[in-house]
Amino acid sequence: MASRAQPISAGQRAGAAIAALVLLAVLGPLGAVLWRANALSGLGPADLSAIRFTIWQAFLSAAFSVALAVPVARALARRSFPGRGALIALMGAPFILPVIVAILGLITIFGRRGILNEGLVALGLPGLEIYGLHGVVLAHVFFNLPLAVRLFLQGWLAIPAERFRLAATLGFTPRDIARHMEWPMLRQVAPGAFLVIFLICTTSFAVALILGGGPRATTVELAIYQAFRYEFDLGRAAMLGLVQVSICIVAGLLVLRVAVPAAMGTGLDRPVERFDQQSRAQMSLDWLAITLAALFLMLPLLAVLMRGIGGVLTLPESVWAAAERSVVLSLATAALAVALALPMAMLIARGKARGVLETIGALSIAVSPLVIGTGLFLILRPYVNPSSSALPVTGLVNALAALPFLLRALVPAIEAAEAGYGPLADSLGMTGGQRLRHVLLPRIRRPLGFGAGLAAAMSMGDLGVITLFAAPQAGTLPLEMFRLMGAYRTDDAEAAALVLLVLSLALFWIFDRGGRVNAAS
Amino acid sequence: MLRVDKVRLGFDGFTLTADLTVAKGARLAVLGPSGGGKTTLLSIIAGFLRPDAGRVVIDGQDVTDRPVQDRPLSILFQEGNLFPHLAAFDNVALGVKPSLKLTENDRADVARALDQVGLGALGDRKPGDLSGGQRSRVALARMLLRRKPLALLDEPFAALDPGLRREMLALVGDLCTAEGLTLVMVSHDLRDAERLCTDLCLLEDGAIRLNGPLPALLADPPAPLTPWL
Repeated sequence: MASRAQPISAGQRAGAAIAALVLLAVLGPLGAVLWRANALSGLGPADLSAIRFTIWQAFLSAAFSVALAVPVARALARRSFPGRGALIALMGAPFILPVIVAILGLITIFGRRGILNEGLVALGLPGLEIYGLHGVVLAHVFFNLPLAVRLFLQGWLAIPAERFRLAATLGFTPRDIARHMEWPMLRQVAPGAFLVIFLICTTSFAVALILGGGPRATTVELAIYQAFRYEFDLGRAAMLGLVQVSICIVAGLLVLRVAVPAAMGTGLDRPVERFDQQSRAQMSLDWLAITLAALFLMLPLLAVLMRGIGGVLTLPESVWAAAERSVVLSLATAALAVALALPMAMLIARGKARGVLETIGALSIAVSPLVIGTGLFLILRPYVNPSSSALPVTGLVNALAALPFLLRALVPAIEAAEAGYGPLADSLGMTGGQRLRHVLLPRIRRPLGFGAGLAAAMSMGDLGVITLFAAPQAGTLPLEMFRLMGAYRTDDAEAAALVLLVLSLALFWIFDRGGRVNAAS
Repeated sequence: MLRVDKVRLGFDGFTLTADLTVAKGARLAVLGPSGGGKTTLLSIIAGFLRPDAGRVVIDGQDVTDRPVQDRPLSILFQEGNLFPHLAAFDNVALGVKPSLKLTENDRADVARALDQVGLGALGDRKPGDLSGGQRSRVALARMLLRRKPLALLDEPFAALDPGLRREMLALVGDLCTAEGLTLVMVSHDLRDAERLCTDLCLLEDGAIRLNGPLPALLADPPAPLTPWL
């Protein structure tokens, strides 16, 4: 939207100030890391192998996610069945699913003593290994396959319905449809989907922390953590931080070069209307793809549910204390994220310095949370005890991490509200707080609730910065669960996973619901 | 040629009932407001929708249970008639062989169809590099090439400006005469219908209000037709 001839309001000044603050909060720690890294140790063989592993696992994860998503999305696009909507909604869940819960579920199914391996052993076949490259890729596919499916499904539904009718009148076979309609769509969507997933996987920390490790399966993020936490080699942590930022920036620039479709779109709940005769083999393949995908996504979560439920009542006090801290932390994170995002989004929607502001909003993706956390630690260390600032730092970093998602949800809604009612509000002289309360907020409640819920759930499940410097008795629930897993207290870990899962989903649901109740349509 | 025999289809609280006949070589305009059932009627004739009751007969054959691709007809939609990634030539060639494995004869036929609509030189352009009128001509060329006796037009020229639309209607009229096609055209403009068609049917609220030869209806317009004049 073009900027309007309006005096600069207090709100816009606030937006600009917040953008500057965000920039400072991201670049300041990066600067601190750089400054500390004056004795930049060269990259050792271990570091080089971490870089190689990071890129290789991200490549494999993205390739498998995209390749497996094609048959699943294709099947979902052309079949309608009861539960289809629920399955597609489930495909949106990985955003709010705590990583560590999913990993525990995957271990329950695919782990050494998991259900799958017991079956294989019973059949006299060799078992599978979940730790190392396999496990890291498996977990990444678990999280990103649904994203890829949603992107492709959107591509399928974006093929105009008339084109399928046209194909029918011209007597297209399924093969002709694939060649003239589906293949061109896939060629358009796949590069963006691949690169986004690649980018997400290069920043992977929690997955590598639990399923990776060792010289052959360490990501750069994990190496930063190890350099910081075990060796306290700040120069090396800083150097690795720079490497991580470079990887993300290169991947990010590639993402910007290809068009990435939005994954959050709605309206995926109708199947494509097709008229071509479909063979029995195709039908069977479709049902196989749908069944396997549903099992792959649901079994780990069902396993957590079934095995956790018995232990919830006997959970140690420390778990409940951690849960309480986590809830407070994620509520504070959501509030902070909204406070940062709303003024920035309003400024972006006004069309002022749009490119710059959007870049600032997306910076936290490029500068990984672990690097920001390390830098904040370096800045704060002279003034406060790091372990006592662990929770506030985690909250700030998580809010910054949620910022791009919130902006993406809010900006279009604010633009629509301004386009529809801005001139009327201008003519009535509504500015500042009145405009926000009476014009904007009622019209952006849905995306605001959705974004706040996303921020709260992401923070609730986050196992990143908190691992850097939490004191033993002051961690969050994911950290507590990680410690239980490390201590082989599997029953408690499974029960804690259930609590964490329920809390994350509940936080998201409450915010999202709150945005919908009585929302202006 | 075309017989829509006591057809009825109900969905979402809307019911269409239609009974009409189109003689061979005639050109029927289906006129009516949006939501009146025009496109539904066309979809039933084409085979995208199956009627709850009644029959569709084309050339003496009951096609009610036949899939779209087995009916002797071609369709031009309002939009989306062309695949954006294929050149005009290939878009036309889809009408002969969707696999695009063309023989020399096929290629000559495609070239001739493009010539007929005045686009002989533009076969290698993609739809994005053609004007709206030229895109319509490409779709028309494909329709000719398919040599189906019945042509269905779903307001295919609605997006063109009036001058261009007149030109396209004239072209369609010439081609129908030359090829002996029978035509059903959905429209919401009586002037367009007058330019091209021989018969008129007025469809409102899912029912046929008027049906007859166009010149007679225009000479003494009955009450339902007056808002369209």
